[in-house]
Amino acid sequence: MVNPVAGLGGRVGLKGSDGPDVQARARELGAVPRASERAAAALEELKARVGAAVVLTAAGPMGEDAVRAAGLEPDVRYTPDASDGPDRADASGTTAADTVAAARALARHVDLLLFAGGDGTARDVLDAVGASVPVLGVPTGVKMHSAVFGVGPRAAGEVAARVATTRAFTEAEVMDLDEEAVRSGRVSARLYGHLLVPDVPVRVQQRKVGSSAADPYAVGGIAAELAGRVGAGQLVLGPGGTTRAVAAALGVDVPVMGVNVLRDGRFFAADVNAAELLRLVTDDDWTGGTWIAVTPIGGQGFLLGRGNQQIAPEVLRAVGPDRLLAVATEAKLAALGGRPLLLDTGDPGLDGVLAGYRTVITGRGRTARYPVQGA
Amino acid sequence: MSAPANTGPVSIEDARIAPKPPLRRFHQARWDEPLLFELGTPGTRGVAVPAPEVPLDDSLPEALRRKQAPGLPEMSQLHVLRHYLRLSQENLGVDLNIDVGQGTCTMKYSPKVNDRFVRDHRVSELHPLQDDSTVQGVLEVMYHLEKMLAEISGMDRVSLQPGAGSAAIYTNIAMIRAYFASRGELEQRDEVITTIFSHPSNAACAKTAGFKVITLYPDADGYPDIEALKAAVGPRTAALMITNPEDTGIFNSRIAEFVDIVHEAGGLCAYDQANANGILGITRARAAGFDMCHFNLHKTFSTPHACGGPAAGASGVSDKLVPFLPRPTVEFDGTRYYLDDDRPESVGKIRPFYGVVPNLVRAYAWVMSLGAEGLREVAEIAVLNNNYLMKKILEIRGVSAPYAEGKRRIEQVRYSWEELHKDTGVHSEEIGVRAADFGTHYWTSHHPYVVPEPMTLEPTESYSRQDLDEYAAILAEVAREAYEDPETVRSAPHNSTIHQIRHETLDDPKTWAVTWRAYRRKILGQ
Ligand SMILES: Cc1ncc(COP(=O)(O)O)c(C=O)c1O
Repeated sequence: MVNPVAGLGGRVGLKGSDGPDVQARARELGAVPRASERAAAALEELKARVGAAVVLTAAGPMGEDAVRAAGLEPDVRYTPDASDGPDRADASGTTAADTVAAARALARHVDLLLFAGGDGTARDVLDAVGASVPVLGVPTGVKMHSAVFGVGPRAAGEVAARVATTRAFTEAEVMDLDEEAVRSGRVSARLYGHLLVPDVPVRVQQRKVGSSAADPYAVGGIAAELAGRVGAGQLVLGPGGTTRAVAAALGVDVPVMGVNVLRDGRFFAADVNAAELLRLVTDDDWTGGTWIAVTPIGGQGFLLGRGNQQIAPEVLRAVGPDRLLAVATEAKLAALGGRPLLLDTGDPGLDGVLAGYRTVITGRGRTARYPVQGA
Repeated sequence: MSAPANTGPVSIEDARIAPKPPLRRFHQARWDEPLLFELGTPGTRGVAVPAPEVPLDDSLPEALRRKQAPGLPEMSQLHVLRHYLRLSQENLGVDLNIDVGQGTCTMKYSPKVNDRFVRDHRVSELHPLQDDSTVQGVLEVMYHLEKMLAEISGMDRVSLQPGAGSAAIYTNIAMIRAYFASRGELEQRDEVITTIFSHPSNAACAKTAGFKVITLYPDADGYPDIEALKAAVGPRTAALMITNPEDTGIFNSRIAEFVDIVHEAGGLCAYDQANANGILGITRARAAGFDMCHFNLHKTFSTPHACGGPAAGASGVSDKLVPFLPRPTVEFDGTRYYLDDDRPESVGKIRPFYGVVPNLVRAYAWVMSLGAEGLREVAEIAVLNNNYLMKKILEIRGVSAPYAEGKRRIEQVRYSWEELHKDTGVHSEEIGVRAADFGTHYWTSHHPYVVPEPMTLEPTESYSRQDLDEYAAILAEVAREAYEDPETVRSAPHNSTIHQIRHETLDDPKTWAVTWRAYRRKILGQ
């Protein structure tokens, strides 16, 4: 089951894709739906491992298209009712109610409900089926703080394939961003409930751990180190509590969720989308050099591809891999429990270039050499 | 098992139905005891000090003379004694509890006879400015202690001057700096590599000495990531500063490879051997190729760690670093012992004079009483005790030993109560505090909390099997409570003087007050 609009807001800098207004705005900004494509990648992986299979699904962009794209045979069990609204036929107007209805229609007949979406979709799935059937998310949303997703589309396909042989399941947290906390400047995820997922820990994304803003000394040190490296250059700051605190330590107040740009230590552009960002980093009039600083998302360890999709592959290529700086407090790295940092830029070739042992700035004159790999 | 002679034979049946002895309970004394400074009564005095024979004003330099009398409390000896005895009862003293919970501190029994040596006037009445000729005895002790520590570590010379483990680590990085400065490489070599499970003083001292610090994390198997090391070394590498076994109790068996990689890049290697209790007489820093190392003479060598006694460190070096040792060194010319201050390349003094003498005497006595075989036996028992306790602890619901799972540990284990926390909401810290109601406690972990809900236990050679069984039974009981009655655990301690310590005031420089003067200024607003 695919939530066709999941992730729509990401590349264009919106905080999520919930609600028709946000989706319309996303399309206006040039967003192209990617959910179906990513779902197909997961299904390709599944097919490669288990061979031909019948896939029960929902009509058109809600799953059928992805199943066909992966070369599998769809058995459509749910179709959005076209009489409900004008946009229903192309499914750009599918709603949470469709997700719930489709999940209910499919759940009774399957061994695993594979859904493509983000945290919002996971909540709808939970509302619809609870723990009655094992599920697994193909990550296609903007925010994915829940522990119910494969670490990437292909990983989700791999885990799904294992269900055919190993039937071990475990409860995993469904989270959603605490909007209150976002407004107060702290990224924090709230527990919504639990879904049953395949028990393959290394391949299933870990829940986000709320970062505390309580480490002012560490963050001040990171800011000083960054300032020393970037000097009077242009600094693209990814979203997150750490990067925001770093900006504050540099004397700049930025919103917690967006991608923001500083030039010469001063605020330059707020909450930019991928296209604007590409323009800024390829700006011939700017001669001061450009750096990108991102912080891993909480306990999951995603450095790129979760909540910061505006920093698109073209942007990263334009700036160059050496100018991508990872920042994190030691406590945040420690909370990964030894798992590597993850990349999911949407461009596997680029993920390969960025992978390896990277420097993570943890304080002034303090770094870690930490493994980074494609999800 | 043989029955006690005076009760006659006990049948196996009886033994089986006999109830287990209930767990020991602890009730801390509780005195409404003010601070010493709040107790004084003007005009009271403890000792009648004889009047000076010469007017003091004439013999003291102007700069050393007080403008006004110190604001000390005026009290009689009895009242001072009573004050401190009361405080001591509000304590879980080192010799009072099964102190295996103070992991990384190597809490062990310090034989009381060693304290007798220290209290002897030939030690306690010495003054550091006495002429060498009048302190031959203590110099001889230091000279031989240095030789013994050189033998234990495989190093060529050892300085006994550092005032603690961290001071010894600082001594080592100071020598590393001096070494590269002497070769004109200091500009280029500005990076020190350490691991996240090495004691944090390694990173801190390197920073203090002006180096940049690169930290390595464990690999998938829980060992320091050798690939990360390879990615980190280069022409800027000054040194590797590493603890082994790490604070998890995991021994990095590829340690010699780590040293080789750093040596190939032209760096030096310093071994933090404060965790030596489990490897004494079994392996040596030199065997892994290290250039230098340090011991904590408190913890491993008799004196109890921090708060249980003063500290002392020892820094050992190989030949090429000997010129940089702190001065003075203790030397012997065949007839007399003397302090050699004429060391032009020395890093200078790490602390005034030449070391924490009482600890050096205790360390000397401890090593002499055990001998080489005894030291090895210490390590063997410490490791056995640790692995025995680990087995018992891992039988408790909700606890695990993350990293290098299934592997044995050396002398300590950093456990995790993560599962229990997920099941019950009870935090590790709360379990440790509840243990105080049973007369013991534990310590969680250094920061950052790499292991979630951590608990670090280090049962040294001092504890008997009964002690370890009792300790494990206490934790099992608290874990059971956490599952069945979490509120009892969360609201603990129930029998202690102070229920909860408010950490915020201790964490914030604006509110912490470690002196009476700071307390008056920051808390009382005077
Ligand atoms: C491995 C290790 N290194 C260094 C130190 C620092 O020693 P100290 O507390 O004496 O400064 C300790 C403390 O026990 C330690 O466990």
